Amino acid sequence: MIRVETQDFDIGAEVKALTAGRTDIGAVVTFSGLVRDMNDGAVASMELEHYPGMTEKELARIEAEAHRRWPLQASLIVHRVGKLLPGDNIVLVIAASAHREAAFEAASFLMDYLKTRAPFWKKEDRNGAAQWVDARESDGKAMKKWE
Amino acid sequence: MRLLYFAWVKQKAGIAEEDVALPATIRDVAGVIDWLKSRGENYALAFADLAVIRCAVDQEHGDLATPVAGASEIAFFPPVTGG
Repeated sequence: MIRVETQDFDIGAEVKALTAGRTDIGAVVTFSGLVRDMNDGAVASMELEHYPGMTEKELARIEAEAHRRWPLQASLIVHRVGKLLPGDNIVLVIAASAHREAAFEAASFLMDYLKTRAPFWKKEDRNGAAQWVDARESDGKAMKKWE
Repeated sequence: MRLLYFAWVKQKAGIAEEDVALPATIRDVAGVIDWLKSRGENYALAFADLAVIRCAVDQEHGDLATPVAGASEIAFFPPVTGG
């Protein structure tokens, strides 16, 4: 399942919903990303732009690829858009499997692919001056290890 | 054909989306960019460094060599920074 939305998410509630009524899941790995101030208190807020339509398709493609590679019982990707503040939740990935290895690896894979393929762009507001965040080379390297 | 621009590509081009009739001679994404650059300074500015331009044809990642025949939507944007 994938969701792109402005509102915050509750990690516990999402895990509960994903695993409700199921007895075949033995491992749940969750990753949540928060808005980080990488500029010593200069970032007042962040605006998350995305490509409506493609974002959902790309996230679904990434999720399908994870299910092709690992025996997952369930998964969830939630990404927030719009205005966010330092400390806010921004992304949630949950991978559920019978065993922990697949769940750990799939969660890591989902994040690495999301960061390099899902069409989101961050714009920081630094004391009133808007600045687009540059892509990190390390994210590209992180994705390449899954090839 | 609909062209869309995101993030700083949108900012530099000064436009979010537009419907255009591409010349029939244009075969691929590189051709679309060359054509756009000839249409105005704003596009020349947005597409000055192709190393930092990414694109999608009909909402799937593409590259400069991706064919555009029959496509209904092409998007241009910087490397993504979500997550």
